[in-house]
Amino acid sequence: MVAGLLLLALLTGLLGLVLVVSARRIPADAITVVDRLDSVLPHTQCGRCGYSGCRPYAAAIAAGEADINQCPPGGDEVIVALSQLLGRPAKALDESFGLAGPPIVAVVDEDICIGCARCLDACPVDAILGAAKFSHTVIENECTGCELCIPACPVDCITVTENTSQLDARAAH
Amino acid sequence: MSNGRTSNQALPLPAWGVRLESRKIAAETGPINKMPPPGELIVALKQNVGVPAEPIVQPGDRVLKGQPIATAPRWGLGVAVHAPTSGTVTALEERPIPGAGGGTGESVVIEPDSKEERYAGYVAQPNPLGLSPPQIRNDITEAGIVGLGGALFPTATKLNPGSGIQALILNGVECEPYISADNALLIERSDQVLLGAAVMLRALDCDECLVAVKADMAEARAAVQEAIDALGDDRISMVVVPAFYPAGGERQLIELITGKEVQAGGLPWDVGVVCQNVGTVAAVAKFFGAGEPLISRIVTVTGNGVGAPANVEVMIGTPIGDLVEFAGGYTDAAAGLVMGGPMMGFSLPHDQLPVTKATNCILVADQAELDPSVREMPCIRCGECARACPATLMPQQLLALARGPDYAALESQGLQDCIECGCCDYVCPSYIPLTSRFIEAKQGLWENHLVAQRSERALHRYEARGKRLERRERDRSNELQRQVDEIGAAGEIDAEALRQLKQRVKSKKPGDNT
Repeated sequence: MVAGLLLLALLTGLLGLVLVVSARRIPADAITVVDRLDSVLPHTQCGRCGYSGCRPYAAAIAAGEADINQCPPGGDEVIVALSQLLGRPAKALDESFGLAGPPIVAVVDEDICIGCARCLDACPVDAILGAAKFSHTVIENECTGCELCIPACPVDCITVTENTSQLDARAAH
Repeated sequence: MSNGRTSNQALPLPAWGVRLESRKIAAETGPINKMPPPGELIVALKQNVGVPAEPIVQPGDRVLKGQPIATAPRWGLGVAVHAPTSGTVTALEERPIPGAGGGTGESVVIEPDSKEERYAGYVAQPNPLGLSPPQIRNDITEAGIVGLGGALFPTATKLNPGSGIQALILNGVECEPYISADNALLIERSDQVLLGAAVMLRALDCDECLVAVKADMAEARAAVQEAIDALGDDRISMVVVPAFYPAGGERQLIELITGKEVQAGGLPWDVGVVCQNVGTVAAVAKFFGAGEPLISRIVTVTGNGVGAPANVEVMIGTPIGDLVEFAGGYTDAAAGLVMGGPMMGFSLPHDQLPVTKATNCILVADQAELDPSVREMPCIRCGECARACPATLMPQQLLALARGPDYAALESQGLQDCIECGCCDYVCPSYIPLTSRFIEAKQGLWENHLVAQRSERALHRYEARGKRLERRERDRSNELQRQVDEIGAAGEIDAEALRQLKQRVKSKKPGDNT
């Protein structure tokens, strides 16, 4: 009886020690909440949520500063994914940040483009190809449809259209 | 692999699959009928997995039988397309093409003359077995040959697996009820099939060829055996597989014969095997033996809605309506058209679609064949579908997940490995159309993947841009620092002079040139 109690006490103490040491020595999981939230966002980097990109928005959600329904390009799917990650109820998109819609891409009207190269700097994913005094063009497959190039253009030659490249890829499949 | 030579003993029945009542009798008893050219041929440019062929004819051109009308691009699994008979090109335009998508495809429309004048560019090879393997593969691509079992995979690509191929399996199993095109081919032209097999063995540098036929194809088995005996090539033997469905699926057949399973995402040559449909092999023989590229194929026209069910050798591009007319026309019972068999085929909206290289069967179904008029009931979790599934999936589980749909779970449960054979539909006591749900879910899974891929690429580019901007900024400040240090190193500037200089720079106005 006494021996048994002593043995249990000893075991408890030893295992406790192991846990304490390992908690101090082994670093915590490198994947943070922000990483996981960031991974479900659409990475259009459009900034419509009010933050400078997807990752800052993820950080703001993690810090409790932003709500989960501020991402128009992600739509309901992203809201549901975020709500599952956070264990919160899903809610409707806050339309003051913009409306959800089909995937879009930017198109440069090459007849109007003056080659000022300003949209090149505005594009968060380097999807516009061009050089000063040469007409620019959008790499359709890389454009996320963030629309950040539109206000940058001094001659308003950039418009957006529905992105059909996904459908084409499917047909080729 | 097979030890000893040809045996007439069927392989044992596996645990999966279903036994189906054969409905081949109507078509298989007769000879292969050759159909004359129709009034118009619609030859699609994309009749292969991969990129379409590039047209090299214009409306108004006269073409000869077997003349290339579109060439294979050098990338993306392209294969050439040829004029099925002599005539005049009347159009190069989008036409409706049979396919699960139901869309159109760019096609060369030819109005045949009755001369059947042959193109002189291709001639019979006196000694095809003397050609080098790369030459054989080139010729097969040039001849427009793709997998005629319906997959349309370029045949030459399958003959280029590198080394280590232990066996070439010729698939003559044709397990769908109703279809008997390969059966008819084996009965009438086994010698041709074996010639093609010899050419393929040469291309693969392989010493064993197994001709797989089904236990209930007595006449075809006899014909194959006779041809093997006549040829006396001991590399070629016959293997008999039990009569069940889907014994003729590529992976299923390989598993039956070799006992090896082709892994998910893998290819037959991972287990040292290449599998070719017998019709494809015969097409190879026709090109090397007679100088005729792939311009026709055997199609089973059958079902209760057609007058005289038969196997018809028909030119690629023949409108299906003309083909049915040739096979005795529609009966009063005709209620719908299906391309392919009842298990894996798909219904056609009308009969003005052309025969393509994928068309192995046209089923003119009556009302009973078309619609068993039973209502779908809830899944009772009986597990019959899991027993029948040849890909060893759990269809009942997949069905539940497809309702969500929970794509991550569907993927981990192996939805992509579904071969859409329809066994689960067939055994389901609740008449649930599982396969069509899975086809839909696969589509969703594919779209989901695309979105994820795009998002990942965008993130990658965004991060790369961030790093670039950071680097540019760092370089700039480094350069500034270097210049400051340089001035400092000169050491001769006294503090007061430097202050005055700075003052002057500050007071300088933009545009001031002094």
